[in-house]
Amino acid sequence: MITTDIIIIGAGPTGLFAVFEAGLLKLKCHLIDALPQPGGQCSEIYPKKPIYDIPAYPEILAGDLTDKLMEQCKQFEPGFTLGERAETIDKQEDGSFVVTTNKGTKHKAPVVAIASGLGSFEPRKPLLDNISDYEDKGVEYMIKEPELYRDKDVVIAGGGDSALDWSIFLADVAKSVTLVHRRTEFRGHLDSVEKVQELKNQGKINLITPAEITAINGIGKVESLEITKKDKAPFTLKTDHFIPLFGLSPKLGPIANWGLEIEKNAIKVNNALDYQTNIPGIFAIGDGNIYPGKLKLILCGFHEATLMCQAAYQIINPGKRYVLKYTTVSGVDGFDGTRKEAPKAVVKAID
Amino acid sequence: MDSKDIHITIIDRDGVKHHIEAPTDIAMNLMEVVRSYELAPEGTIGVCGGMAMCASCQCYVNSNHTLPEMQDDEEAMLSEAFYVKDNSRLGCQIHMIPELEGLEVELAPES
Repeated sequence: MITTDIIIIGAGPTGLFAVFEAGLLKLKCHLIDALPQPGGQCSEIYPKKPIYDIPAYPEILAGDLTDKLMEQCKQFEPGFTLGERAETIDKQEDGSFVVTTNKGTKHKAPVVAIASGLGSFEPRKPLLDNISDYEDKGVEYMIKEPELYRDKDVVIAGGGDSALDWSIFLADVAKSVTLVHRRTEFRGHLDSVEKVQELKNQGKINLITPAEITAINGIGKVESLEITKKDKAPFTLKTDHFIPLFGLSPKLGPIANWGLEIEKNAIKVNNALDYQTNIPGIFAIGDGNIYPGKLKLILCGFHEATLMCQAAYQIINPGKRYVLKYTTVSGVDGFDGTRKEAPKAVVKAID
Repeated sequence: MDSKDIHITIIDRDGVKHHIEAPTDIAMNLMEVVRSYELAPEGTIGVCGGMAMCASCQCYVNSNHTLPEMQDDEEAMLSEAFYVKDNSRLGCQIHMIPELEGLEVELAPES
């Protein structure tokens, strides 16, 4: 059981900034995210795209924003449970909550902050009737354990960075790698596209374009795929694995069943006060909440995170006096023993 | 109606036809028009915010309007999307301009 002060569901910009604000109040945070890396949408969908409305940054790449937020909250030593989706929440007799992930990891805290944006990112599954029958029996939507593919025949479908990068990686691991894409053009970093071209020329990647997987065959597991090249007759290719990499799309998921008031796929909160939901002790901040006048902007998420932490402080330290401190005045004391502070003014006489 | 508005028809994911007016003077795109009229639930359209990076605003263009040519990123995204047809476009890449008076589009299924 992981115990902390605030469980933050969602490691996007809002969740990461909440770690910093909580840290200033000496509250420790643990973040849970379905994605394997922090940053949420900023890292997953558009890391190389610029954002122009982060205060004081005339322009910042979404991926760089994640890096900066990680750096800013680092001294407060946040815990991370990544690649796991928050599945259930159970209120304990002592008033605290236990959040359990789809992999069974348990987290306990008196306060839960849902900073889940549009939801947890789920793989987009190709439209093949029987594909669910083969999930984890040769069909994998994410590569978690590359060794699984050692000396196996693998077919990857997709035309983006992940399809390219994994084809390159598995070319050295698998017995054979076949990359199938609907077009001859790929959307990825130039380096990756060139590398795939090179591996194709060396015969290490079998490239089939423009083509689609049109059927999965096999008894109890994937044995072969039917591949159809544009305007050609389908053919069968033997394979052990089929890895469709068509990107991820966010789904509200199990949070919808937590008894929270939901409106327009978002969690209703009290914006007059502290962004608390209808369940005391559970807050929702960032793109995933809704209140009159809500704007889904990163900068609004930062504000919401800050107010949420104040309320969390009151829950965790009931009745304790508190006065807002400015970082410039008080400095920042990290949980790792580091201290940041403004340099002292130099007092020196002028002759 | 404002003189800068155009009439367009949007068929939602349940097959319901909506005849609506879209402004042409505030740099709105089709995805944003759909959201402003709430013709698809929040969170199911315009997920990436309009960067041609998610295909949640895919639509089929039923009328014969001349649309702006597809840019590389839209074409690449559609090549990875599902339910794609010859008349598929991403709503976020179709800006509301007076020439689109009478446009008719159908929202592609959620995926």
